[in-house]
Amino acid sequence: MPYRSVVLVKQVPDTKNITGDAMTPEGTINRAALPAVFNPEDLNALEMALQVKDLHGGEVIALSMGPFNAAEVLRESLYRGADKAVLVSDRKSAGSDTLATSYALSCAIKTIEKKWGAVDLVFAGRQAIDGDTAQVGPQTAEKLGIPQITYAEAVLELKGSSILARRALDHGTEVVRCSLPCLLTVVASANEPRPASVRRRIEYKLASIPQERKALLEKHPSFGSEEALGAYIAERGLDIALWSAADIGAEDERIGFAGSPTQVHKVNFVVLEATESKEFEPTPAGIKALVDELVSEYIIG
Amino acid sequence: MSENRNVWVFIEQDGGELAEVSLELMSKGRELADTLKSQLFAALLGDKVEGLCPELIARGADTVLLAEHPELGVYRTLPYARVLTKLVGEHKPYILLFGASNVGRDLGPRVASALRSGLTADCTDLQIGDYESVKEKKTYKDLLLQIRPAFGGNLIATIVNPQHRPQMATVREGVMRQGEPDKSRRGSVERVACAFEKSDLALQVVSRELRESKVKLKEATTIVAGGMGVGGPDEFKLVRDLAGLLGGEVGASRAAVDAGFISKEHQVGQTGTTVRPRLYIAAGISGSIQHRAGMAESNKIIAVNTDPEAPIFQIAHYKIVGDLKEVIPLMMQALREKAK
Repeated sequence: MPYRSVVLVKQVPDTKNITGDAMTPEGTINRAALPAVFNPEDLNALEMALQVKDLHGGEVIALSMGPFNAAEVLRESLYRGADKAVLVSDRKSAGSDTLATSYALSCAIKTIEKKWGAVDLVFAGRQAIDGDTAQVGPQTAEKLGIPQITYAEAVLELKGSSILARRALDHGTEVVRCSLPCLLTVVASANEPRPASVRRRIEYKLASIPQERKALLEKHPSFGSEEALGAYIAERGLDIALWSAADIGAEDERIGFAGSPTQVHKVNFVVLEATESKEFEPTPAGIKALVDELVSEYIIG
Repeated sequence: MSENRNVWVFIEQDGGELAEVSLELMSKGRELADTLKSQLFAALLGDKVEGLCPELIARGADTVLLAEHPELGVYRTLPYARVLTKLVGEHKPYILLFGASNVGRDLGPRVASALRSGLTADCTDLQIGDYESVKEKKTYKDLLLQIRPAFGGNLIATIVNPQHRPQMATVREGVMRQGEPDKSRRGSVERVACAFEKSDLALQVVSRELRESKVKLKEATTIVAGGMGVGGPDEFKLVRDLAGLLGGEVGASRAAVDAGFISKEHQVGQTGTTVRPRLYIAAGISGSIQHRAGMAESNKIIAVNTDPEAPIFQIAHYKIVGDLKEVIPLMMQALREKAK
């Protein structure tokens, strides 16, 4: 039986490769200086959803919330096998914490259901590398009123409206059976995400939100006008749906700063108080002196 | 009416065995409650776990809220969330703490979402302090300051939850220090009723496979940890060899784990294990905040790095600017000679 899946994907700054100019002198983050990447575990979530589709049929809808640039991860999702893509983008959503984000995502999923039919499975990466909170998945499940399987490593069986999955515990694993619909958060060890397919890369190269059309037209001037390009894209179903807070029926007071209980009180660069340290040369004599000191100070031995 | 300022700790147990992180949080929770001049509550959910109450009182609980039910035997999100959300709704605690274990990180956000309150993950420190809201031109007194590395561990952020209750946070095992139990302490046990809806039982645990972690980082007195500078999984043998020679445990930075050099069990740092060994040797680790958060309190730190500017040197007691591939063999040689 076919299943309709939604995959939550996020574009994140590449926090692993932070360079000096990523921070402003005031200590705030200069996002522009950071390369944006597909949140790694969201690729595992997408892969799990695509494997369900490969096995059982159905469709995979990639959903993201963020600025217009986040259309990039949605295009990447289409290249890998997603059937549809939705970007929720609204200035009012700026400053959302995990609670406000999960509320907006749950509204978007409900809108997807109204437009395209009931959603059986929601997949998300375990956590995003910019916040490492692992909260948006469970909070979205709660908002939708559906069960959650966090730390999912594998879908073992999918039959009718029941899923059998393996999830990681702190010290081991467990196998759980759950009724659908449900939400899974997926860990990195779950699978090896497939690369973008060359065929799909060509097929979806025009997939875009309206705000990207101007730049696209410059790359493909033969369309003549943004309108003509837009009509071509719409005709072939290459639109990345762009929804505002109003489009998903989100209440203003539950998104953005207003909908976020947590506030950042302050952000500090850590000023390291230099520990009194001794330097040893990386030579046999230097290392011998270090070992002698460790032994005489009873640190080892 | 002024709000109560009670501090709650969600007590994690498995098969009647208390999680270390819950005991650590009881110590921290007691401290916070004393600062606030309020009460510490332990929320204990499970099946046939009444026997754990005296231990929780000895650890500082003024009241243990005991929820026993067969459906709470093995942890499952929905039954646990049902009971805890209802309890919090009734008692309205000021602060609610969870261990940042797979259980706490599954339950905490679910409960926070149901209560529409804020939750801060993986805090490395919790304090009580004031918060001045510039926007509201208002000072909030005695809030829970939730301190955590942010942005991939490149910054330290202090998060507050000024208007919503409870103020919720998760903390990783090993971050807070566990105090000694005091058997003479008095406290009460309040039994609470549990009722479930059919939808709460949508998920069943079919089977579980538990394994003891072979990596005992938390207890280790000596840790030799490797980072990206090690170069690859094969090269980690050097780190293992030195650890073996010193009778220590092998640690790793998050970058080394993410790069697949070594398994996650070895990860030291905010999102790994917090350690306080007698000796910590950081080889080829630059020393991001998120790593330092997990090892800065080591008694003595030796750092080996080719980059003289690496932040790890600022907290190291012994620094060696050099290539670990040369330095580690030299160390092993010197150690072997010393042992003769």
